[in-house]
Amino acid sequence: MKVKGKAFKYSDNVDTDLIIPARYLNTSDPEELAGHCMEDIDPTFVKEHNPKDIIVAGKNFGCGSSREHAPIAIKAAGISCVIAWTFARIFYRNAINIGLPILECEEASKKIEYGSVIEVDFETNDIFDLTKNQKYSAQPFPEFIQKIIKAEGLINYIRESMVKTEIK
Amino acid sequence: MGMTMTQKILAAGAGLESVKSGQLIQSDCDVMLGNDITTPIAIKEFEKIGRDHVFDKSKIVIVPDHFTPNKDIKSAEQCRMIREFVRTKGIKNYFEVGEMGIEHVLLPEKGLVVPGEIVIGADSHTCTYGALGAFSTGIGSTDLAAGMATGKCWFKVPGAIKFVIDGRPSNFIMGKDVILHIIGLIGVDGSVNKAMEFCGEGLAFLSMDDRFTIANMAVEAGAKNGIFPVDEKTLTYVEAHSTKKYRIFEPDGDAEYDKHFRIDMSVLRPTVALPHSPGNAQPIDAIEDINIHQVVIGSCTNGRMEDMRMAARILKRKRVAKGVRVIIIPATQGIYLKALEEGLIETFIKAGAVVSTPTCGPCLGGHMGVLAKGERAVSTTNRNFVGRMGHRESEIYLASPAVAAASAITGRITNPEEMTN
Ligand code: SF4
Repeated sequence: MKVKGKAFKYSDNVDTDLIIPARYLNTSDPEELAGHCMEDIDPTFVKEHNPKDIIVAGKNFGCGSSREHAPIAIKAAGISCVIAWTFARIFYRNAINIGLPILECEEASKKIEYGSVIEVDFETNDIFDLTKNQKYSAQPFPEFIQKIIKAEGLINYIRESMVKTEIK
Repeated sequence: MGMTMTQKILAAGAGLESVKSGQLIQSDCDVMLGNDITTPIAIKEFEKIGRDHVFDKSKIVIVPDHFTPNKDIKSAEQCRMIREFVRTKGIKNYFEVGEMGIEHVLLPEKGLVVPGEIVIGADSHTCTYGALGAFSTGIGSTDLAAGMATGKCWFKVPGAIKFVIDGRPSNFIMGKDVILHIIGLIGVDGSVNKAMEFCGEGLAFLSMDDRFTIANMAVEAGAKNGIFPVDEKTLTYVEAHSTKKYRIFEPDGDAEYDKHFRIDMSVLRPTVALPHSPGNAQPIDAIEDINIHQVVIGSCTNGRMEDMRMAARILKRKRVAKGVRVIIIPATQGIYLKALEEGLIETFIKAGAVVSTPTCGPCLGGHMGVLAKGERAVSTTNRNFVGRMGHRESEIYLASPAVAAASAITGRITNPEEMTN
């Protein structure tokens, strides 16, 4: 599968309070959360992004709280993929678990600029910077994680396998 | 090659002879935790799995603490949904307003976590229980849903960083100063995906409350967990609070650590993390005059008994500065009551502070002390991210209860050593 969109670029250590401030956590409704996505780091994000756009960030994206509201808000906002140099641990799990596509790629994280048009090929984990005419290769996922991604999230994966202890 | 303490616990949980760093395992969990923010999503996901019962009614713990007592209709609806789930599934450990407290202070107090256990919690500060020599880590709501259905969770076995703690700390140095100093040293991504394993002779000078504070903020360095060896103090604590069976794990002599750090507590200064990162830690002597509007003493980091006692020691027979709002929140009903019995609450009120029922409240800008634009707070909580306590142009300075109480009196960030009683 391929997705294409405009890059919204952020720095290192974008924390979960920036992605979705705690003042909105009295709900878990995805649409409502999406309406406040990135509000404290980029108040124009909600107005300016289009479905399928891509978030590109630096190191440790999603650090801070365990709130699944963060990847839920991003996914419900229509973002097709988050590319970062690295992801914070719980955000990484949560994104995989809810089926928000993420990729880790140092080069893409450094070189992609705000507003560039980016295409991502999830089969090959290749990232194409169409504005700069460059190609970057993201880290492939471990096999077990790939299975969850393929099932489009942990819940589907569990339903399908009803927990066979098949992790090597 | 030997295993770290964390790896040994994980190997046991997964029923494996040994594990190594980077390995993906599936492990049984002894305790699973959710709160009023993360549980509603977990319930929705649990229902999608299509099982009508949870794997074990006694191993799930739910504590509504963030927006409780409920601050608005939406948060009340979330708690209603939780209550319904708890009732229909027969979950044993649910703590309603009146018996609740901030989850990470409540669970050890109620004896729900003991050494050697594997604990997952849909809250990032679940790492707090590492103070008891347990493996405990934050996960998301979907992980919690899967855990409630299956009793299991997947982990990537972490490598570890070893922190050797030496030296006797001076009078006003608390666990908070130790952990803020460490995060300043290694950075907010200094321990990403790794275990922080603490050891050394200095541990003898760290109380259980200090250790809870330190383990609590391991996640602020990106760690998967923070963990302390089980010693006399741990066992005294556990025996006073729990009847659960525990297991003591120790790292192998030849365990491999990615890095080593030595922390000499005898030279540690009261430490403050400036906005907007817990990694911006500075010794108090390096901080110029910073006027403040609010002081918060509480949270899963510093709402424990010793924190209350330290604050009272400094506030005794003093008045908080005019124009400074001081909010003190004992983290559990038990601590609240004890503080009342010891006369601490009276000290706080006479000093001009307000005392609240247990809640996360201001720690996450939820309620009970939200900051306006341009306001500054000294807070004993664990995060000073942009907008964490309110307006995105407000500022949070993280510090120990000693620094927070001293600052309450002067109205500017103040070294507690300057306070003479
Ligand atoms: S006190 Fe703060 S950090 Fe601790 S659980 Fe509550 S909101 Fe989270």
